Amino acid sequence: MKIVVAIKQVAALDEDFEMREDGRGVDPDFFELEINEWDEFSLETALQLKEANEGQVEVVAVTVGDDDAEDVLRAALAKGVDKAIRVWDDEIEGSDASAIARILAKVAEKEGADMVFAGALSSDHSFAQTGVSIAANLDWSHVAVVNGFEYTPGAAQATVRRELEGGVEEEIAVNTPCVLTIQLGINEPRYASLRGIKQAAALPIEELSHADLGLDDDQVGEAGSLSRVRRMFTPEKGRAEMIEGTAAEQAARIAEIIKELRA
Amino acid sequence: MSGILVVAEHRDGELRPITLEVIAAASALKAEKGQTVTVAVIGSNADQIAAAVNVAGVDEIVKVAVSVDNFQSDIYESAVAALIADRSPAVVMLPHSIDSWGYAPVLAVKAGYGCGTDVFALTYDGDDLVATRAAYAEKCHQEIDFPGKDTVIITLRGNTFKPVEEAGSASVSDFSAPGADARTQSQRFIAPEGSGEVDITQAEFMMSVGRGIQEEDNVEMFAELAETIGATLGCSRPVADAGWLPKYRQVGQSGKVVSNCSLYVAMGISGSVQHQAGMKHVENIIAVNTDPEASIFSIAKYGVVADVFDIEEELKSHFE
Repeated sequence: MKIVVAIKQVAALDEDFEMREDGRGVDPDFFELEINEWDEFSLETALQLKEANEGQVEVVAVTVGDDDAEDVLRAALAKGVDKAIRVWDDEIEGSDASAIARILAKVAEKEGADMVFAGALSSDHSFAQTGVSIAANLDWSHVAVVNGFEYTPGAAQATVRRELEGGVEEEIAVNTPCVLTIQLGINEPRYASLRGIKQAAALPIEELSHADLGLDDDQVGEAGSLSRVRRMFTPEKGRAEMIEGTAAEQAARIAEIIKELRA
Repeated sequence: MSGILVVAEHRDGELRPITLEVIAAASALKAEKGQTVTVAVIGSNADQIAAAVNVAGVDEIVKVAVSVDNFQSDIYESAVAALIADRSPAVVMLPHSIDSWGYAPVLAVKAGYGCGTDVFALTYDGDDLVATRAAYAEKCHQEIDFPGKDTVIITLRGNTFKPVEEAGSASVSDFSAPGADARTQSQRFIAPEGSGEVDITQAEFMMSVGRGIQEEDNVEMFAELAETIGATLGCSRPVADAGWLPKYRQVGQSGKVVSNCSLYVAMGISGSVQHQAGMKHVENIIAVNTDPEASIFSIAKYGVVADVFDIEEELKSHFE
């Protein structure tokens, strides 16, 4: 069986940052790029199934992103995925989660995937839309926010746990093929070995455009999206009363506040 | 396209309170455009829930009888799709909850509706619906719109709108939804592990630790500090996920809400929305973090930009 794992390169912001000139996003010069934390867990879920069923599971990592995003695929290759695919071209710029999901669904079809794993959320825009939107495009069954997964390759159903509010969980049997969005804490993501990293540097990455996947120009980018960012801004926020000084002075003030409030 | 459709969320026969927050947001939007608010209750036994959502601002309650008591994504998707086709609402409002994560985007993608999630403000600019939400760990806000979309699906962030509690006088009717092929089957619900040694929801004074404590070996010194200053020890998600502290000490959306707490010291916690959901209401929050831009400082009463280890070292001397 084949599992396609969708991986996103996300941006965290420096302490100081500036908006782009068009005011619709942050200037990328201030981005610190990293792999989306949730995707480390979905990748690990796939790799563990592959290891537990030797020779029966193929894992394909895919990302939609520009040249920089190659890093997240190298990291996935270093951890042991069988194949890596990067989809990008200029028309894809401006895509929202639904347009990205349309692309990822096409990749899953092209690869003949049996399951797709995605992070439940991404740390930069936090829409929580992409994973289940892939399922919508494929018309597959899906479970969001999965924190437990059991499957025997070839079986008609997987058993998963969905993490609900307040620590409640729901055990669910899900028909395959399916899309699962994976929650933090489902496992302990591995680190790549130095040898793995070295080998991954030389492995091929398949590069595709939206046209290669049979998508028209108006199916990606803003034209292919269900929402559009019209303005990004730094909010006026409440601000704590800051306690300045050396650590000793700060701690003394904290102690004073605690004693006063606990009196 | 006109009107606002809210879908009530319920579990085990109980209305999830966030639904009343969504109704509040719907009422506010209704005031802007003079639209009607319809609340759909989907389930095999909708009567009790229907009564619970009959609050001020709701014009109509629609009961949709389906084969399951609890949420199932295919059945909800199909029922709401049929309701939208029948009523042509301009806005469909859902809680930004785990259930909604599982089907709201699917609804939007399949029918090409606009879609905005984790929204905390909603208004009209002329005829255009504009939704405000956060990005980059709450450091930025963004306004999104939905060009050319007559129907828009919105999921709303919890703890944002004041729940409507005044009784209402909505009309109640039934809607028959087409059957759906449920491709997942609920096996059972699993209650959270027992409260263990302590029930943090009862604590009045808490000190919680986050990623900032760096490694498991450091847990002990902060546990000792908590004891020294007389606080109950809590933690953020990464600390519980890593197994450094038991899950029953986790504060936040997937952990516990510290409802009796009046003083909360956050050590090395950046303050994700999920963590805030469990402690934002606390009157006195003291936050210690190395990042001066950490979002915890936007909700704390007192902020300390410092290394948690330096503060740990200094603070205990005042209580010994």
